[in-house]
Amino acid sequence: MLLSHLPALQVVLPLIAAPICLVLHHARLAWAWAMLISWSAFGIALSLLNRVLSEGVISYHIGKWAPPWGIEYRLDEASVFMLVLVTTIGVVVTTFAKESVEKEIVKEKIHLFYTCYLLCFAGLLGMSITGDVFNIFVFLEISSLSAYALISMSDDRRALTASFRYLVMGTVGATFYIIGVGLIYMATGSLNIADLAVKLPAVADTQTVRAALAFLIVGLSLKLALFPLHSWLPNAYAYAPSAVSAFIAATATKVAVYVMLRVIFTIFGVSYVFGTMNLGPAILSLAIMGMFAASAMAISQKNVKRLLAYSSIAQIGYIMLGISFATVTGLSGGIVHLFNHALIKCCLFMVMGCVFFRINSTDIKDMAGLGKRMPFTMAAFVIGGLSLIGVPSTVGFISKWYLMQAAFEAGSWVIAIMIPLSSLLAVVYIWRVVEVAYFSPSPDGETAIKEAPVSMQIPIWVMVAGIFYFGINAEFTLDVARRAAESLLGGIVL
Amino acid sequence: MNNQPIVRIGAKIMIPFIMLFALYVQFHGDFGPGGGFQAGVIFAASLILYAIIYDVEEARKIVHPWALNIFLGLGIILYAGTGIAGIFLGGNFLDYNVLAHDPVHGQHLGILLVELGVGITVTCAMTIIFFIFARQEH
Repeated sequence: MLLSHLPALQVVLPLIAAPICLVLHHARLAWAWAMLISWSAFGIALSLLNRVLSEGVISYHIGKWAPPWGIEYRLDEASVFMLVLVTTIGVVVTTFAKESVEKEIVKEKIHLFYTCYLLCFAGLLGMSITGDVFNIFVFLEISSLSAYALISMSDDRRALTASFRYLVMGTVGATFYIIGVGLIYMATGSLNIADLAVKLPAVADTQTVRAALAFLIVGLSLKLALFPLHSWLPNAYAYAPSAVSAFIAATATKVAVYVMLRVIFTIFGVSYVFGTMNLGPAILSLAIMGMFAASAMAISQKNVKRLLAYSSIAQIGYIMLGISFATVTGLSGGIVHLFNHALIKCCLFMVMGCVFFRINSTDIKDMAGLGKRMPFTMAAFVIGGLSLIGVPSTVGFISKWYLMQAAFEAGSWVIAIMIPLSSLLAVVYIWRVVEVAYFSPSPDGETAIKEAPVSMQIPIWVMVAGIFYFGINAEFTLDVARRAAESLLGGIVL
Repeated sequence: MNNQPIVRIGAKIMIPFIMLFALYVQFHGDFGPGGGFQAGVIFAASLILYAIIYDVEEARKIVHPWALNIFLGLGIILYAGTGIAGIFLGGNFLDYNVLAHDPVHGQHLGILLVELGVGITVTCAMTIIFFIFARQEH
């Protein structure tokens, strides 16, 4: 009986679990509860993936109100892909969070941490699953507001200003999004994504709809930190608690990219956005500027978490580059990179969580000699770093290969060459950390091995295994990404 | 403001009526203007008025912050629980039709419970926000 209600439960379970977590009021209990919920959500997501791949689109009507009037949960390849990504990261980070959070957050606040965490989780799942543009806004706000709270929970006082800055920028982004939604509602009288796709072409050639597109794209670009609208991101990631950095870096911007895909490809349609409005070159140039500028900024960072944050902005550039081609190869390259980058960044931020756990700092200068003292943790960093650069047999290679292929298909040699060129910058910033960790002696001459707890190591190595597995056997991710890209493009290729 | 008799007695007279009005807005919300959010804010206003006039510490004794935290969660659980009940009674999530013997009563009951959940949560959230800001003065 419950099986047909899985789409609703996917979101409702973490949503209802959050207030229960608040009532539990106990640190360990709250963690166990969050763990139980993330595993259940993971199970639900896998079962939904299975059903969508075998039976096709699932549509669930909340309160039995038929769409386009009621809220519809609509699952196709793209949305179920996001569900699996978010819940996978959720499971991994929750496991990691236990020790990390106990170290970084005061005991009285830990149950609040997991409450916000579950809310953020629910919001991100809701954004991926819903087929209603206004509902997306609601979940966007749920996930963002809880993310602001999560970031500000860090011991580091700079987290407060970082979180406030994120709040201001994030709210501007969300407001732009809702203005855009208001305008398309004005033009079509509908909020349902599938219905909008049918109704918009008739009114597409009006100022209202053009303004709506502009508001939606700019608002979402802020949310997904597309260069040059990324200024909120580095500090938010750098000063947040480690578990939060790992979770948000791997999911929040990715889900925003997914919403952007929905807006561009499903609602407005590829021929309108890339044909009539010709947004391709604009997105392409911003993506390439982001790839180079953010990587260059990453090189000059003193704090590794900040460095990784700038690298995230650069990687968003790669994803948007794939999208800007508006071809099946480009789009699936973008979607695969979205998944692969989530794996890599989650792994790297968790590594930084382990480092912080032992040495109370994530500054590069404090990491001297860490290669000997935390061999497993730093090995994971090297693997994650290599994958970020795009070394073959890791996931980073697969996505960059695909993106280059898309660039060749689009007939642009220059862009194809820019992808490995910007990866060279990644070599530099990863090497800076590796050099200090492995080739300079630790300041106090300490060489005894002092690893992070096993419960923090396991999630990292699960991610490392993922980096290799999906790097060598990319069939599954590529297949799902390709099907998602095809369903987004809807058979219409420019 | 303990030494201001007019303010104190004025507040004493008004607070019950504010609470009553909040309950009216809450339970009449499905027929007229109103609903859980507005009712919650009005109810919280009565508590906040009490805290302003009779001192925050006195108000904390009446509505304990711990209880507020619990009810903050319970309100949402009531909302979502109503939705889940719909699933267990054979409908979709938040399907009110199946909650009672016929759809009209079901919709009635559903909206009543959901709005009550909203009202409880909003009351607690508003009061907690006030208490947190009031504490910062000390």
